[in-house]
Amino acid sequence: MLERALTGSGRYWRWILFLLAIIGVGFLVYLRQFKVGLGITGMSRDVSWGLYIGQFTFLVGVAASAVMLVLPYYLHNHKVFGKITILGEFLAVASVVMCMLFIFVDMGQPMRVMNVILHPTPNSVMFWDAVVLSGYLLLNIVVGWTILGAESKGVAPQKWVKPVIILSIIWAPSIHTVTAFLYSGLPGRHFWLSAVMAARFLASAFSAGPALLIILCLILRKTTKFDAGREAIQSLGKIVTYFMITNVFLLGLEVFTAFYSNIPGHMHPFQYLFAGIEGHGKLVPLMWASGLFAVVSVIMLVIPSVRAKEGALAFASALVFLSLWIDKGFGLIVGGFVPNPFEKVTEYWPTWPEVIITLAVWAVGFLVLTVLYKVAVSVKEEVA
Amino acid sequence: MYDSGKIIVGLLIFVGIVTFPFYYNAGKAVAKPDLKLDTPVIQQMPEAERKCVETKEFMRGGHMQLLNNWRDSVVREGNRVYVSSNTGKRHTMSLQNTCMNCHSNKKKFCDECHNYMVVKPYCWDCHIQPKEKEL
Amino acid sequence: MSMDRRQFIKIAGISTVLGFGGTLGLSKLKDSWASEMLQSPEALNAKHWAMVIDVKKLTSEEHYDKAISACHRAHNVPNIGNPKEEVKWLWKETYEHAFPGMEQEYMPEGIKHKPFLLLCNHCENPPCVRVCPTKATFKRESDGIVMQDMHRCIGCRFCMAACPFGARSFNWRDPRPFIKEQDENKEFPTRTKGVVEKCTFCYERLAKGEMPACVEAVKDTKALVFGDLSDPNSEVRKILSTHYSIRRKPELGTQPSVYYLIGGEENA
Repeated sequence: MLERALTGSGRYWRWILFLLAIIGVGFLVYLRQFKVGLGITGMSRDVSWGLYIGQFTFLVGVAASAVMLVLPYYLHNHKVFGKITILGEFLAVASVVMCMLFIFVDMGQPMRVMNVILHPTPNSVMFWDAVVLSGYLLLNIVVGWTILGAESKGVAPQKWVKPVIILSIIWAPSIHTVTAFLYSGLPGRHFWLSAVMAARFLASAFSAGPALLIILCLILRKTTKFDAGREAIQSLGKIVTYFMITNVFLLGLEVFTAFYSNIPGHMHPFQYLFAGIEGHGKLVPLMWASGLFAVVSVIMLVIPSVRAKEGALAFASALVFLSLWIDKGFGLIVGGFVPNPFEKVTEYWPTWPEVIITLAVWAVGFLVLTVLYKVAVSVKEEVA
Repeated sequence: MYDSGKIIVGLLIFVGIVTFPFYYNAGKAVAKPDLKLDTPVIQQMPEAERKCVETKEFMRGGHMQLLNNWRDSVVREGNRVYVSSNTGKRHTMSLQNTCMNCHSNKKKFCDECHNYMVVKPYCWDCHIQPKEKEL
Repeated sequence: MSMDRRQFIKIAGISTVLGFGGTLGLSKLKDSWASEMLQSPEALNAKHWAMVIDVKKLTSEEHYDKAISACHRAHNVPNIGNPKEEVKWLWKETYEHAFPGMEQEYMPEGIKHKPFLLLCNHCENPPCVRVCPTKATFKRESDGIVMQDMHRCIGCRFCMAACPFGARSFNWRDPRPFIKEQDENKEFPTRTKGVVEKCTFCYERLAKGEMPACVEAVKDTKALVFGDLSDPNSEVRKILSTHYSIRRKPELGTQPSVYYLIGGEENA
């Protein structure tokens, strides 16, 4: 089936070459990071995780969101998703690949990565994260590939796939719950020490992922003969709406708890992110942008007549995606580290090498996504 | 066979790349490693006491495993003393302080063979190697 | 040698094939070697090492400098000079930063701005150990020291996020250029880039029968007392049972093993 990715239009190949070029540049910069150390990033003793781990966290959410297509289709027989479940599964594959790469580029001693398997440590959440992520990657590759293979041959998928799909439905929330536990189980990091962390992660995942899928479906409609169908896109729009509202609600709970309790340690990270502390406020404009995007997108999405227009829906989806990318891929991580355990402020801002490596990992993700979608769309075009 | 031309060319390129290390190094005479034991500390020892913590034969093949066990024992179990199964003598388990005290000629004792075998142990990224005069 | 080379290769080979990546082989080997690896007879032992720091007795800048430089020299701690990439095992912090939330407006100026010596707390319930995915940081069951195995650390920095005391430092780049050659301790390793490090209660000195370097350096002040918390007759226990002491962030339940005396007066 993979051979379908080897034939394509000039535009397809230009896009692939463009991604390869970014990956190449990023790889060279990574070699430098490998040689010099993580000192070439903006991270520090006080803010010891940054953009890389932020992207990892955000993308685990995007990966988990595949379940938002698979679950309604397989458990509730929501037929309009039949055509696009494969898009969700392949988006999950690309996202998990990016997650793993972001962890890898964040490691101080990447050559020792196998130590996690050589010395398995069940009391570490990171060990479980490695387990659930690789399991999820495998599940989605197996399910997506088998179903697509059956479709291309015009036969019904094998019977054993059904239980595997059910397993992947249960598995999806686990990957993001475990990722939330990386943060919410640490004493002394007030910003993360919250029981709603996993719930907030899932809500933001189930809005950001489907928002990206809406945009991807619209791009596919323009560039290929594959049309997800208006109904499917509108269904996705509803999912984005409800979960984005849930996400904003959960964030509001955090703000209430911090400020009504008036406990300094709980208020400080919010103050740093949205107002700045002691003249340090590098993230303030970004965080307000995230808030603004969230409010505007929610208003657009809750009005049925606006959401019904595909252009407006796409715009609102882009706002949702951006808002959550800032909030989770950046602010959430930095906010956990500022102020530091001594109640001092050290600020973080990514450096150029860090940004280039990050872009290159995204390019790898888009390359995987492009190849997988090319195969999927080619199969659908042949069958249709 | 469809596309036989492409397949055969592809196969040839593949075989060419895979066997690259062989013909790249073919015909190059690489000198056999020549380990030296003539450090001042060793020379001062009486002939009968010139014995490593284990037999020469074991050390040749198993020094990496021994060092691995040493480091786990020292760092993780807090044991510092190694009783040689060869001589029964007691040694402090320390690469930097015990091994390199006798074998202070790292270039001739470690590097010579490691370079020949193209293995790059990262011991010296952390452990301080003995100061040697440039040869 | 109780196991010859052939046996070793056989065990390592079989266990690798079985997919244990050689770990089974290693543990078997270790068993067969265990009887031949011993503690040194002069080693200092305790069930629970702890430190009491009597702040009142550290009266001059020189005391702090002596303790810190003794520690940093003994362990080849680099002086990077850039606070963002700084590595520190033992350092100074004022009361309000060492004990955030415990400061108040009207407290004696002498305490508010007094520097406190900070180090790894060697917690009884260390969160850093809980989160480490490779057991590179672990608590020694024999004496309670929270150790860092620099050979095994993968540099994920989860422990730095987990430590509520800011006691852990990461090597953002090769630390060697930042260690002056004349300051180098030839008997102790340096670190490599990409690993996390911290105070280890001088486990390497205890093994040789010596007190920690910082304790030794300011011995004449008697400000730093190191001993066995599980022994009711130890000096640390005697001090703690007769003086009011505080620990950093006790509300987090990590149970630090470093105690501070701020009053100094007997209060039995």
